[in-house]
Amino acid sequence: MPSDLLTSLYVVMLAGFVGFEVIRRVSPLLHTPLMSLTNALDAIAVVGAIVLAGEQKSTLSTVLGTLAIAAAMSNVVGGFLITDRMLKMFKASKPKKS
Amino acid sequence: MTPFATNVTIEVAYLIATVLFVLSLKWLSAPTTARRGVRAGEVGMLIAIAATLLRHDILDYRWIAIGLVLGTIIGVPLGLVPMTAVPQRTALSHACGAFCVALVGTAEFYLRTPEVPRFTMGVLSMEVILGSLTFTGSLMAAGKLQEVLPQRPITYKGQNVVNLTLLAAAVAVAVYLVLHPGAKQLFPVIIAVPLVFGVMMIVPIGGADMPTVISLLNSYAGLSAAAMGFVLDSKLLIVAGALDGSSGFILSVIMSKAMNRSFTNVLFGAFGQVQATAAGVQEARQVRSATAEEAAAILSSANRVVIVPGYGMAVAQAQHKVRELYDALTKRGVNVTFGIHPVAGRMPGHMNVLLAEADIPYDKLLDMDAINPEFSQVDVALIIGANDVTNPAARQDASSPIYGMPILDVDKARTVMVIKRGMSPGFAGIDNELYYLNKTLMLFGDAKKFVGDIVRELAGGAHS
Repeated sequence: MPSDLLTSLYVVMLAGFVGFEVIRRVSPLLHTPLMSLTNALDAIAVVGAIVLAGEQKSTLSTVLGTLAIAAAMSNVVGGFLITDRMLKMFKASKPKKS
Repeated sequence: MTPFATNVTIEVAYLIATVLFVLSLKWLSAPTTARRGVRAGEVGMLIAIAATLLRHDILDYRWIAIGLVLGTIIGVPLGLVPMTAVPQRTALSHACGAFCVALVGTAEFYLRTPEVPRFTMGVLSMEVILGSLTFTGSLMAAGKLQEVLPQRPITYKGQNVVNLTLLAAAVAVAVYLVLHPGAKQLFPVIIAVPLVFGVMMIVPIGGADMPTVISLLNSYAGLSAAAMGFVLDSKLLIVAGALDGSSGFILSVIMSKAMNRSFTNVLFGAFGQVQATAAGVQEARQVRSATAEEAAAILSSANRVVIVPGYGMAVAQAQHKVRELYDALTKRGVNVTFGIHPVAGRMPGHMNVLLAEADIPYDKLLDMDAINPEFSQVDVALIIGANDVTNPAARQDASSPIYGMPILDVDKARTVMVIKRGMSPGFAGIDNELYYLNKTLMLFGDAKKFVGDIVRELAGGAHS
């Protein structure tokens, strides 16, 4: 087994554990923003699409790459935007009037 | 910069982005730090994209620019949808993410074939299969949520056999491709079959199962992105995909637990079928109903009121009226909190977002485990557009299709009030015992209008 691959397997395993521990602590209150935020982060796939569209290896890969950039970018922009809009609305009670 | 220095810069940038992504989710855990989490995610994303643009193998920036601009043009309106449309927007964004991953996988295959190492071909197949089925599955879910498609589950005989055969066929072709990566002509099969499977998978799913299904699709989208990370050998993508995948997985587990059903049951169970028979044995039984005036009188003399919102509140867009009711009661010294079931609404956390939008402080929004022990000290439980999640049959009646599902124990409150359009059964089609209790008052009408009437009565009462 190539060592590169092995490193990647370690990475995916550790990231899975980190994800599990971090996300388990997210309050149910914020489950909707959680989903839209992870969606936006997942759109990091855009970096793969950027390379594909920029390499110009074949017409097919350039076209698919460009479409992929657009799809992922819509998640980056839309995802962060709506997550922030939602979170802005969550406010604590004002301190009690005595 | 020398090529070597550039590469180091890019790798370090990706590492920083990875750290920021983990911190982003960590900060999201509490409402006080959550917005910092969004900032961290944005900065990480910006760093990663900027670093990628430095790569030496990028020869032309025109298409990249077109893609980025196009994505932004689509993304901005998707970020500005009204809060009631958030479930379908989320489903759509799962579709966009999966679309991207499937396209990149397809392009990579045609660039690399016929020399694709077995492991790479394996993860590439997984990437394309998961990406394609998540794409159409999410589009279907979005269509159902937007009510472009019928919300009722559509079932037919042999449905599960058809679906499993489709999936098995796709996997079999993928295995063949792993062994013979030069078999170009077979590659479209692992795109087309999962596309069909994605549609068929969602056809039997009804609205009430949407929270679980959306979470599951979220998980698939994450897994396919992680697979893409393996294909491109990008640790950053692997981490982001794993985070998204585990998030979706955890949410699916929470949702299916909250419905007392397994994943397989949600995906292959077709809830709709069981209900038809359960709804058949209905008889006319007496319920007590009340007017807005009577409801207002009871509410204003209570010490503690718990409001239980459900999908009906979202449909009626009643959240702002509910906020007025909350204000009117709080002003009179009534302690008002909200009891929120994990699967209330159409996606995880749906009700919290709607109520937060209506300016209800988040510390008044309690989840099921927090509110349930309190119901015995509650004077009035006011149910607005929720049904199955309050049905005591889930605790008592072993023959009920929802038996065992954790519910909000509203029947332990001194008085129960239910705002409902009529006596028609809820989504699961099961009669709710709660409505026939002596302590229950049915308030028949549209949620928004009825809550508005109560608020008006409360205001009128203050003058006299």
